[in-house]
Amino acid sequence: MTKKDNFLKGFFKENPIFVFLLGMCPALAVTTTFETSLGMGLLVVFVLTSSNIVVSLVKKWIPHDVRTPAYIVIIATFVTVVKMLTEAYAIELYDALGVFLPLIVVNCLILGRAEAFASKNNVVDSAIDGLGMGLGFTLGLITIGILREFLATGGIMFGVYLPIGDHPITLVSLDMIINLFNANFHITDYGIKVFSLPPGAFIALGMILAVFQFKKARKDRKIAIAKMEMIAEKKRLAAEKKKAAAIKAAQEKQAAPKLAKAGE
Amino acid sequence: MSFTLFATAIISAMLINNVILMQFLGICPFLGVSKKSSAAIGMSAAVLFVMVISSAITYSLYDLVLYKYGIPYISTIAFILVIASLVQFVEMFIKKTSKSLYKSLGIYLPLITTNCAILGISEGNITNIWTETMPYWQGLFIAVSTALGTGLGFGLIIFAFSSIREKLEASNVPDAWKGVPISLVVAGIMSLAFLGLAGII
Repeated sequence: MTKKDNFLKGFFKENPIFVFLLGMCPALAVTTTFETSLGMGLLVVFVLTSSNIVVSLVKKWIPHDVRTPAYIVIIATFVTVVKMLTEAYAIELYDALGVFLPLIVVNCLILGRAEAFASKNNVVDSAIDGLGMGLGFTLGLITIGILREFLATGGIMFGVYLPIGDHPITLVSLDMIINLFNANFHITDYGIKVFSLPPGAFIALGMILAVFQFKKARKDRKIAIAKMEMIAEKKRLAAEKKKAAAIKAAQEKQAAPKLAKAGE
Repeated sequence: MSFTLFATAIISAMLINNVILMQFLGICPFLGVSKKSSAAIGMSAAVLFVMVISSAITYSLYDLVLYKYGIPYISTIAFILVIASLVQFVEMFIKKTSKSLYKSLGIYLPLITTNCAILGISEGNITNIWTETMPYWQGLFIAVSTALGTGLGFGLIIFAFSSIREKLEASNVPDAWKGVPISLVVAGIMSLAFLGLAGII
């Protein structure tokens, strides 16, 4: 596997959320808005990359029997660092993530990568793997976050939780388009509010997973149809061959008595 | 007085602030071991057992050691170590004392270390219940009652969900929705129903 493949595999082919269903708790809990998803994703990228590097550095000195507690302690150290930094520099994000910030420790994705990849590979590969997988996780979170925020409010805001600029910026809003025709209509009054509440998280994730499964089912069906066609083609060819052989044999049979007669 | 505290903590943790449907803790076992009702019951019993013990220990640890000696910032590391070793200890203890209990709970215990509900409740107890002025025993009492309610709520939801999933297996679902997607939508509808319980206290 090349380094580029190693980096890119986390985005679609082995996406942690949509393919492996890892780290579902944060995927449901912190994806109320685009920005909280982005913040959570970036924190996971940092923790995953650092813990992968450290685990691959010290893998020779960790006894096999106590490896899980050792990995958890390494991960917990980085999570504590991240927690304190977030509390100091992005207090709004810290409040919005709440208990899910310390819970990065038990995120199955991070422990899973330490166990499955970093404990068997060298430092550079592990760092690339951590970065790629973390960014794939972020991509998954952002997809859910954008869907939920858009359905709940009709727009996407930026700058509410992360300390960037003084005022929140509206990235996308249906209000802008609708106000061209009717200035009194505000889309925020008509958003599907349930998508910002817990039930919406389950339904939104279910919808996204259904899209993925639909694509996969269609691909599988295409492969199955192609396979069946190939088998049918082969059967046809074999039948033709048999037929040709039979005809040939019959002709020879017919020819043989004549030859025999001619010989006489 | 103490009974009111107990009942409030239990009902609010079990029904209003349900651990799975409202707080999104423990989603992995919720989706993973809910294919059969028997497995769901075993898992929720193991979670209830470990959750009550671990929240009592972590609350005491935070109040009596970490806060007293001025190192509350290492709580995450301390808690996860306590939980991991507690799970090991409980597994060994059950194996020695009760063979039948080990048979029913044994395979679920190693999975609990990475169950975020346990660590989540331990951390939540500190942020929601613990205050500098609260007496130790009162705080411990509320923390343990909350853990008990949370474990019961976890069991209630995971059992109901596994029963629904057994029905879903037999029903005619479109290919794209089969498996996890339809289960998530079912969970969303259950969550919507539990949203209606908010405000009964």
